[in-house]
Amino acid sequence: MTHVLDPDALPGATPAVHAPLPPYDDVTRSDSAFRAFLHGLPGVDQVGAEARAAQLGTRSIKTTSKAWAIDMAISMVDLTTLEGADTPGKVRSLAAKAKQPDPGDPTTPKVAAVCVYGDLAGVARDALAGTGIHVAAVATAFPSGRASRAVKIADVRDAVENGADEIDMVIDRGAFLTGRYLEVYEEIVAVREACARPGKDPAHLKVILETGELKTLDNVRRASWIAMLAGGDFIKTSTGKVNPAATLPVGLVMLEAVRDFRIATGRQIGFKPAGGIKTTKDAVKHLVMINETVGPDWLDPDWFRFGASSLLNDLLLQRQKLRTGHYSGPDYVTVD
Amino acid sequence: MSVFEYAPAPESRSIVDIAPSYGLFIDGEFVDGTGESFKTVNPATEEVLTEVSSASDADVDRAVRAARRAFEKTWGPMRPADRGKYLFRIARLLQERAREFAVLESLDNGKPIRESRDVDVPLAAAHFFYYAGWADKLDHVGLGTQPRPLGVAGQVIPWNFPLLMLAWKVAPALAAGNTVVLKPAETTPLSALLFAEICRQADLPAGVVNIVTGAGDTGRAVVEHGDVDKVAFTGSTEVGRSIARAVAGTSKKLTLELGGKAANIVFDDAPIDQAVEGIVQGIFFNQGHVCCAGSRLLVQESIHDEVIASLQRRIGTLRVGDPLDKNTDIGAINSAEQLARIRELSDIGEAEGANRWQPACELPDRGFWFPPTVFTDVSPAHRIARDEVFGPVLSVLTFRTPDEAVAKANNSTYGLSAGIWSEKGSRILQIANQLRAGVVWANTFNKFDPTSPFGGYKQSGYGREGGRHGLAAYLKGADQ
Repeated sequence: MTHVLDPDALPGATPAVHAPLPPYDDVTRSDSAFRAFLHGLPGVDQVGAEARAAQLGTRSIKTTSKAWAIDMAISMVDLTTLEGADTPGKVRSLAAKAKQPDPGDPTTPKVAAVCVYGDLAGVARDALAGTGIHVAAVATAFPSGRASRAVKIADVRDAVENGADEIDMVIDRGAFLTGRYLEVYEEIVAVREACARPGKDPAHLKVILETGELKTLDNVRRASWIAMLAGGDFIKTSTGKVNPAATLPVGLVMLEAVRDFRIATGRQIGFKPAGGIKTTKDAVKHLVMINETVGPDWLDPDWFRFGASSLLNDLLLQRQKLRTGHYSGPDYVTVD
Repeated sequence: MSVFEYAPAPESRSIVDIAPSYGLFIDGEFVDGTGESFKTVNPATEEVLTEVSSASDADVDRAVRAARRAFEKTWGPMRPADRGKYLFRIARLLQERAREFAVLESLDNGKPIRESRDVDVPLAAAHFFYYAGWADKLDHVGLGTQPRPLGVAGQVIPWNFPLLMLAWKVAPALAAGNTVVLKPAETTPLSALLFAEICRQADLPAGVVNIVTGAGDTGRAVVEHGDVDKVAFTGSTEVGRSIARAVAGTSKKLTLELGGKAANIVFDDAPIDQAVEGIVQGIFFNQGHVCCAGSRLLVQESIHDEVIASLQRRIGTLRVGDPLDKNTDIGAINSAEQLARIRELSDIGEAEGANRWQPACELPDRGFWFPPTVFTDVSPAHRIARDEVFGPVLSVLTFRTPDEAVAKANNSTYGLSAGIWSEKGSRILQIANQLRAGVVWANTFNKFDPTSPFGGYKQSGYGREGGRHGLAAYLKGADQ
């Protein structure tokens, strides 16, 4: 699991920049061409986007549709622990919960993935072997992304070798905010190449935009397009370490981006809001937003995830409430 | 069919008590009218909700006399600050009973509960709060010191926003010190009658607000009554014309808020997703029963296909059905008569060569329904580009340059409202200055606020409602 952080030791230290899918295969030909393309995307009116998101939030989801939404949301959770104090024991306990979220009700669906730091990916992989639950690892000098590219690539390779089949990378917000869009793009392409696994499909790449640092919805749209053009499999809002994290207006703009990208290129990209989604109500609002923005094709754990830790217990409490007709309490769900 | 179907989420109708019959509200009392009574129905089901008295000429005369007495004896002489107190009280009662009003409005009108709950009722309360604050500050309206009320105001309102239009009319009239005789629309009298109950609950002195229900004849009696000092009407241009004729040659002051055929202009630098939302909000809000509806979409030719594809996708997610379901976006057409007019104009649109598009959507078997409809390839010469449909029907036209957009937008006998969509601020200001419309929205549509004046150019009427301007319609200065 150790790597010598020597850039020269890494194959393809200057990765060839792959062209994006048609009809966008020429937009990355130069810095100025890429900037012109990104700034030529339709603008986002913040007031209008917020109003639309708020309107979607007023949908009233009750009874059978609520039960469906709760189970769907549970199956979409990337159960996450990203603390300095994480240990193999903590990760194994989380893995156990991922497999059987509610010990009192075996009909409860299992979650989509367990998300940890790269050094603990091996523990998660062993604990989840044979369950179909994915092992996601954050990498690229998460959460700040402030390291040289060689360090980031090494971080990714390390996590993949440890057993992660999904990599959650962060983009270089510094480069983005100074307008070096092509650099951000190239780095994502390089990370994608580092996700290769001999004899297997490459690890799935989720690209974290850290929208709380990008601030404007125009930036969110541009960063989404950079990530999609660079070949990310998912675009993800946040690390969970910066506030605000996954807000509904940000999610709306990112969903519009994946929708437009599929219409233009035919390739479907997943979406993962992460951070700040703590209640069943929040989760249901997101499902409604998917349903009415991109449609049911995304209502699937392969295309939509919640990056969350405390959300799962609230989903379980609401699930129990629907079944039994009364609310229980925090002692009726397990601590992680 | 989506895998994610929303289960019915109906608002409970048990919160409202609808009596088997209603009378008129005159001089602080509910009294039987001497005209023939009529039925009001729920347009979503055609179920008869109740019977309502129709006010005869004699009833209207009683109401005007009660209003005159109140003007001379109580409301007129009252300290302005005390008038304000009553208006504040009415505003709070509207808020307290908001759910009741919302359910009743949706039952009688057919509009979705989401709109009556989130728009009609809160805005109606906001109008009373806003004008309550003006009651003791009339020196600052801009008509000199101590402007005087006009006297008795005869007010006739339409069926599209029954309670909200009542608030637009009653709140400024009372704040300025007038008393009112108000006739709600024949198909939607119930929220006005519930408002009468609020007036009693607020201990508003008798005769300050009088509600006379009925059809066109009752309205004519209000407008033509010799002791009415002010006539305010919102409704069709046709009726507005006949009112103007009836009032001509009298000392009555008149404000008319009539029809519209608003242009909603989308430039190629618009925020497309929000513009699509604005187009939807502009034409499908309240089933398109909105005088300022953005019924003419003017879209720059270079982005026409993209905008139309996006718009159709969005319209496909609109939920048409039970107005009391909290997830309903589009409710019922208010009456069989209005439905017939919408059908007729849509059929003419098709016959004239425009392309009709409607999403696949199931409509209920009973009640009055019309699916959201978009006509493309519309030319300015088509009737659906000129006539007010007053329904969920959008006509799409294109333009190539800003000049052409302005020329086409202004090429209408109406001039109530318009919309501009562009991320470029200088363009918005430049275009707005050239549009002959009372309200111009920029990067939004159908937004209302009590502080903002509202009214039309040309056949859309004259006079302004809302804001400081709205008070001027109910006051006279020292020189008048």
